[in-house]
Amino acid sequence: MQEAMINRAKELMADGTVSRVIGWKRGEFAYDITPAVFETAEEIDSDFVCDDFTAANVSKYLIKESRKEGRILAFLKPCDTYSFNQLIKEHRIIRENVYVIGIPGGPKLDAEKLKARGITGILGVRNEKGTLHIDTVYGEETMPMFEAILGKCENCKSTKHVVYDELMGEEGEVIADSGRFDRVAELENMTAQQRFEFWREQLSKCIRCNACRNVCPACSCENCVFDNPDSGISNKAAADSFEENNFHIIRAFHVAGRCTDCGECSRVCPQNIPLHLLNRKFIKDINELYGEYQAGEDTTSRAPLTNYNADEDCEPSIVHERGAE
Amino acid sequence: MQVNDNNFEPVIVAFCCNWCSYAGADLSGTNRLNYPTNVKIIRVPCSCRVNPMFILRAFQRGADGVIICGCHPGDCHYTSGNYYARRRITLLYSMLDFLGIERDRTRLEWVSAAEGAKFAATMESFTEQVKALGPNRRLEDLRCRKQ
Repeated sequence: MQEAMINRAKELMADGTVSRVIGWKRGEFAYDITPAVFETAEEIDSDFVCDDFTAANVSKYLIKESRKEGRILAFLKPCDTYSFNQLIKEHRIIRENVYVIGIPGGPKLDAEKLKARGITGILGVRNEKGTLHIDTVYGEETMPMFEAILGKCENCKSTKHVVYDELMGEEGEVIADSGRFDRVAELENMTAQQRFEFWREQLSKCIRCNACRNVCPACSCENCVFDNPDSGISNKAAADSFEENNFHIIRAFHVAGRCTDCGECSRVCPQNIPLHLLNRKFIKDINELYGEYQAGEDTTSRAPLTNYNADEDCEPSIVHERGAE
Repeated sequence: MQVNDNNFEPVIVAFCCNWCSYAGADLSGTNRLNYPTNVKIIRVPCSCRVNPMFILRAFQRGADGVIICGCHPGDCHYTSGNYYARRRITLLYSMLDFLGIERDRTRLEWVSAAEGAKFAATMESFTEQVKALGPNRRLEDLRCRKQ
């Protein structure tokens, strides 16, 4: 796949369709992969990577990139196309300036899960029929693929591309039984005390690095409420548990109805807080109370929080009637 | 300071819409109806003006319960503000519940300008409800706690 992508990117650059390419390049280590913009064929040849670790969603970078001169080629996985579509809907990306090639998605791998098994000095990974052959400086190691899947790929909601100019590989479909709300439902069925303890344990790990906010394709305001020095909640490190609660409630609330559930927030969290559960709680509530809605699926429908149904919407007291006390 | 639950007096913050509930509160006053002095009213131009951060801020600054009062559905001065508020507030309350904050600390009630008696009764019952829960400990800011 990587070969084909590189060849196609160079072709499109040579015939003038695009002037730049956004993809991924290798960092210090094989699993340390970061989004990058390539401007020449030589750069693409030497640095372009697309493998089991290229999990990063590049949609958000296209807000800025699509405003620069010339067209840019973007390789988008199925989940990335939802974010891309959502940003088009919000008039954040200039569609004409982006040439989208849909590529197959994951499941991508989580290097932390390899390391957790004591596998270090990773040089490269080959995936053969569900078994990972990991080439390390100490020799080859193997492990089952499913044990190393990145959190955000575990409950994949769709392998279908909702927007593209060209497709590489086969088109997938929406996965109805992804089970992505199972964990949320589990928490809903706990008592309030248990839920409170669960979230205190998770949120107290937060170091307020703002990585979840910065990586989120739905979080694209130029002036963020959390950057206001007068807000009283903009401390670098949380001085009180309230700040953690406040930050995470508001962060999730501000993307409610717009979050496509790409899972980047949890992927980038250095403290491994399951932030996607907060977003999924909103998605689950919206689906149950206001009808099924998948953000980014199209560019025309109204988002649930900028819409209402005068006669059928439930009252907030419904919260008292659902789930465990 | 040890909090004695028997004489715990909660702080209730009520966000009241200027066009209905705020006038409803006024009516209950002119009718000489009693409602608990625990209730601190904040006047807003519409229930839709209530930003989720206002609610969290109220809890941060010492509220034990937050109630939002707006015009009955269909009666909004701005035609549709309370419909948007209804969705937003439902989701926010549900999220607070998800985080384990006691669900009885939050309420939304539609009170018109003619419902002075309903306003007084609502505040009475909500204050009792919050009193039974005791002080807000799960969503408080220790820096703001009165010594």
